[in-house]
Amino acid sequence: MALEVQFEKHLAAYNLNVEFSCDADSLAVLGPSGAGKSMTLRCIAGLERPDRGRIALNDRVLFDSSKKIDLPSRARRIGLLFQNYALFPHLTVAENISFGLDALPPAERAARAKQRIAQARLAGLENRSPRELSGGEQQRVALARALAVEPEALLLDEPLSALDTHLRSQIERQLIDSLAAFRRPALFVTHNMEEAYRIATNLVVLTKGRVAAHGPKDEIFRHPPNLEVALLTGLKNFSRAKQISADTVEALDWNCTLRVSQPISPAPAYVGIRAHYVDFLEAASCVSSSANVFPCWLVRASETPFGITLYLRLHNPPGATGEHHLQAELFKEKWLRMREHPQPWHVQLSAESLMVLPE
Amino acid sequence: MPLDLSPIWISLETSVTATAITLVFGIAVAIWRANRRGPGPALLDGVFLLPLVLPPTVVGFLLLLLFGRNGPLGRLLLHFGATVVFSWPATVIASAVVSFPLMYLSVRAALEQVDAHLLQAARTLGASEWRVFRRIALPLAWPGILAGTVLAFARALGEFGATLMLAGSIPGRTQTIPIAIYFAVEANDLHQAVAWSLIDIFISLAMIAGMYYWTHLQNPARPRWRRASESER
Repeated sequence: MALEVQFEKHLAAYNLNVEFSCDADSLAVLGPSGAGKSMTLRCIAGLERPDRGRIALNDRVLFDSSKKIDLPSRARRIGLLFQNYALFPHLTVAENISFGLDALPPAERAARAKQRIAQARLAGLENRSPRELSGGEQQRVALARALAVEPEALLLDEPLSALDTHLRSQIERQLIDSLAAFRRPALFVTHNMEEAYRIATNLVVLTKGRVAAHGPKDEIFRHPPNLEVALLTGLKNFSRAKQISADTVEALDWNCTLRVSQPISPAPAYVGIRAHYVDFLEAASCVSSSANVFPCWLVRASETPFGITLYLRLHNPPGATGEHHLQAELFKEKWLRMREHPQPWHVQLSAESLMVLPE
Repeated sequence: MPLDLSPIWISLETSVTATAITLVFGIAVAIWRANRRGPGPALLDGVFLLPLVLPPTVVGFLLLLLFGRNGPLGRLLLHFGATVVFSWPATVIASAVVSFPLMYLSVRAALEQVDAHLLQAARTLGASEWRVFRRIALPLAWPGILAGTVLAFARALGEFGATLMLAGSIPGRTQTIPIAIYFAVEANDLHQAVAWSLIDIFISLAMIAGMYYWTHLQNPARPRWRRASESER
């Protein structure tokens, strides 16, 4: 069971050229706004026509430019959840959900709609108008409507972006459950890398219309293929790099030599470390014996309710410019302990945490 | 002299028939036009809207050339033993042509205002184009289409110049209220002219008020601001 996508479409700003596949494990399409994510979904759903390529779902060809196949949306059996949900404002919740079931006999149609309403926990709201619902309820109606026709694949266009933050995590949870129960190809578009990581199993990173990375999410987060993908997956610290030996690189922007554990080939262009992996040595004794340990000074700090982001300068105290080299994320307790110690502190960039990124 | 009431019925029958025709054609042309770009359809737009800009007498004269004995359509109809000029259908044709632009503009604007995402959502749910139109586009555009219908009806009811050109003023057959007023004034019969004018005002007011009231009953969600404040909980 799979959705196979490979097509090209000329757009005003760039050429959208994508190739990926999606099986019953959900796939997140991650990319900055304007990367072509929504357009990709629209092409798969048959709302836009690619210039060239092939789109197939479970051995059913939906689009093939060489064979002049272009199934209309209504025949593709692909559910699409729109960013603004696109609920029919003149129909009730129940009418919205049973809209796609008009081919069924009335009794079965009502039974199916009722079942979907119960599953989406919308019982009691059947006769409401969409505008009388909360954002989360609207999203559930849209999802129930798309699932009611039992599509062979589901596409979700930023399904959480229209919601308030305090609702999001709860609705995200429900969405993860719904996708798990769907057990068919599900494609989920987002520009939020944490959301992509939490919801999907596999990941496609899209930048300027190209697939920059495609694979299991852990693999991409641990070993991003290049700097662009690393930044999109949340990398905060990186420096230009030059190879010194088989397992050392010189970090040009950080003025230091680093041992790395990742193989250095092809030639490294950047070395980076995630803000959560920047470690501090509290016992002064181990400072001299450990590799990749450097003195650092605090430039500034930015607090969140349970953690803190430290902006650090390596090797010497920050000058008037206040430029920082590294950004580190740590929990409050650690921060409270650390600030008792006089500066410089000692930061460790462990070889295992360092990413070596080609050009 | 007792008033011959036939202009009332002729006016009403003509306006209702003409409005029904423009409604069907207005929707059909607006749909046809919605999916087309380019200079051809744009030029055609100009042709559709011409009756709004031209003096009604010019429209009537052109129709006379078209439907007259030597006109292309007139000759074709004569083939089937029908003549249009100076008959009741001529009043309908004149009114329909003159009121068409108002209907067309309103329908087009109303259909364009429907959120394209809703139509696309319906398509992904397996709906045919006809079902998308009937269940989504038409109900959502309905208030705008109805407004266009009211406008077109009012224009048809007030039609004078083109009707006189094409249908003449045959009492009991083609004499509508506006034409009756004109000939009453010309004959210096001011009482009759005033009577017809008052009747005309009454009919127009009653029809338009009735139509708006009916729209309101059909679609209570129309004044959105009221609905929005009601649903605030």
